[in-house]
Amino acid sequence: MKRKAKPAAPAQTLPKTLTGIQGLDEITLGGLPQGRPTLVCGGAGCGKTMLALEFLIRGAMKYGEPGVCMMFEESASELAANVRSLGFDLDKLVAQKKIVLDHVHIERSEFEETGEYNLDGLFIRLGHAIDSIGAKRVVLDTIEALFAGLPNHSILRAELRRLFRWLKDRGVTAVITGERGDSSVTRYGLEEYVADCVIILDHRVEEQISTRLLRVLKYRGTTHGMNEYPFLISAHGISVLPITSLRLDHEAPTQRLSTGVARLDEMLGGKGVFRGSSVLISGTPGTGKSSIAAKFVEAACQRGERALLFAYEESAAQIVRNMRSIGIDLDKHVQRGLLQIHSSRPTLQGLEQHLVMMHDAVCEFRPSVVAVDPISNLSFETNESAVKPTLMRLIDFLKQRQITAFFTSLTTGGGLRSSPEDSQIGVSSLMDVWLLLRNSELNGEHNRTLYVLKARGMSHSNQVREFLLSDAGIDLVDVYVGAAGVLTGSTREMQEAQELAASTLRGQNHERKLRQLAGKRKAIEAQIAMLQAESDAEGAEVNFVIAQERLQEKDALQNSKELAALRSGKGGSRPTRKNS
Amino acid sequence: MRKQLPIAESAEDFLKEVSVQDQSRYILRLYITGHTPLSTKAIVRIRKICEDHLEGRYDLEVVDIAQNPTLAAGEQIIAAPTLIKKLPLPLRRFIGDMSQTERILLGLDLRKAGETLSPKS
Repeated sequence: MKRKAKPAAPAQTLPKTLTGIQGLDEITLGGLPQGRPTLVCGGAGCGKTMLALEFLIRGAMKYGEPGVCMMFEESASELAANVRSLGFDLDKLVAQKKIVLDHVHIERSEFEETGEYNLDGLFIRLGHAIDSIGAKRVVLDTIEALFAGLPNHSILRAELRRLFRWLKDRGVTAVITGERGDSSVTRYGLEEYVADCVIILDHRVEEQISTRLLRVLKYRGTTHGMNEYPFLISAHGISVLPITSLRLDHEAPTQRLSTGVARLDEMLGGKGVFRGSSVLISGTPGTGKSSIAAKFVEAACQRGERALLFAYEESAAQIVRNMRSIGIDLDKHVQRGLLQIHSSRPTLQGLEQHLVMMHDAVCEFRPSVVAVDPISNLSFETNESAVKPTLMRLIDFLKQRQITAFFTSLTTGGGLRSSPEDSQIGVSSLMDVWLLLRNSELNGEHNRTLYVLKARGMSHSNQVREFLLSDAGIDLVDVYVGAAGVLTGSTREMQEAQELAASTLRGQNHERKLRQLAGKRKAIEAQIAMLQAESDAEGAEVNFVIAQERLQEKDALQNSKELAALRSGKGGSRPTRKNS
Repeated sequence: MRKQLPIAESAEDFLKEVSVQDQSRYILRLYITGHTPLSTKAIVRIRKICEDHLEGRYDLEVVDIAQNPTLAAGEQIIAAPTLIKKLPLPLRRFIGDMSQTERILLGLDLRKAGETLSPKS
């Protein structure tokens, strides 16, 4: 894939004319070569005429470049009817002198060659048409019809060479359509004359699903996207999906968006996901992927932003009804025009065409949030290898527009045995955030768990959370992690109850022990008081005895003194002692 | 066919019809693009053919579409020169410089296929 040149580079040497066809200008990095013829070829029914006419009509309407269409197969009224289905009013443009239609009718049986001739008649007609409105664009559809009408091909070839030379000299940007040949690009080798730019259209059916493809075979003097690009003829004209030609240089906003689930935001660094990032939610059936997507969409609408939901499993009405059961009212937002739900079956069209449809819807609605539910259904129809480039295109496109994208993906063959990481190898590298939802079956119960597998550029929780869906909405609770392993659901609740009971019991035990201790302490204190009292009593007794003895001693001393005094005879004053 | 041929009346009618058609006027229009050698050649030749074979019962108009380009679209002209036999019907177109006289005579119903050149020319 070449991605060298920039479309807006001032060094552009080759002047280009914008086609106005969505995507084609990006592939060709600015449109078709200005003032030169471009060959558009392809088999029947692959949209050659549509492409050529849209080039003309867009030119007249959008870029103010009048155009001439010379048809060799269809009449003006047929053509007008054909493009009316794409919403173009060709008659009006003709009346406004912005487009001239000239139907060249060639009836083989009417012609008789009588010698040498040239196609001056055609030149004059074309020249007159160009001059009459000052045309800048010319479409010749399908000039090869001349080969069927005119027998002398050698004259015809020489004249065609002259015609393309003449167109170049006139400076008109021409689109020439041609039928695809078996061995060459076109049946009559027109590519020999129109060598500046050749675009090939194809129409392929794979697995019963048809896809239109466009490829720029050659573009002289400029780089261009080389790949085959799917395109769609929709109600708004041709839409080519050139997303692989885009460069990987989109902005990286730092703004964070809430996912709508508070606990999930908490797991993603507390603020949610980055604006413009892509989020993948994968999980086994019934794990609640759609619910998270719906919640995300609702959160965007509640912020007043526009959201687009592509649903490939349920109809819009069914989604609204089902989401109401978990407290998400999407209908309100649909009424307010903030939410669009596009429901279709994946089998409706090929993967690429789905992508083109999404592309168109996004361009038209300009949402800030897009949810696709689920991407796995899209890939169901085609092989896995086709999904990745297609999704890459979608993601790149959304990133370019800073649209936050939510994808859900159904994990097949999941369960606990195989690793769920394996199932999304193809697309996971494209995703910035990957949430994994799992069902864990334990004790006859299915419980949903969620964890963040990766989240680029933010700190995120490594914890598994239990994911609860109830009529109150979505909630995440911590799972029980203990000796018995990771427990969820009623097992978790049982475990929690058991723990509560055990801790209550323990608490009571402690209280009892404390009470016992207090009692014991009181008893000891009483004992201490008793002993104290006893010792006090003993002390008092001792004091009493001491006092008594002291008294007696004193008395004895007194007596002996008196006695001594008496014995000395000096005194005699003591009558009591007179007799002794 | 074989049944009808022996009947004198129908053969007579046929001859009458042929003579009527023979006498009817030819309306021819030659479209050319300016004064190119091809244009000149074609004009000269068709005039000669008309004089030789349709003397007095032809109406030849030469139109230069370079001067009147709108006529080119109206008459579905792509090649030049183009001669259109407007009448008698059916409408026929001859493209080229009118050098192949035999083909023109055939196309103008003036000669049956396989017949040799007329004694006049």
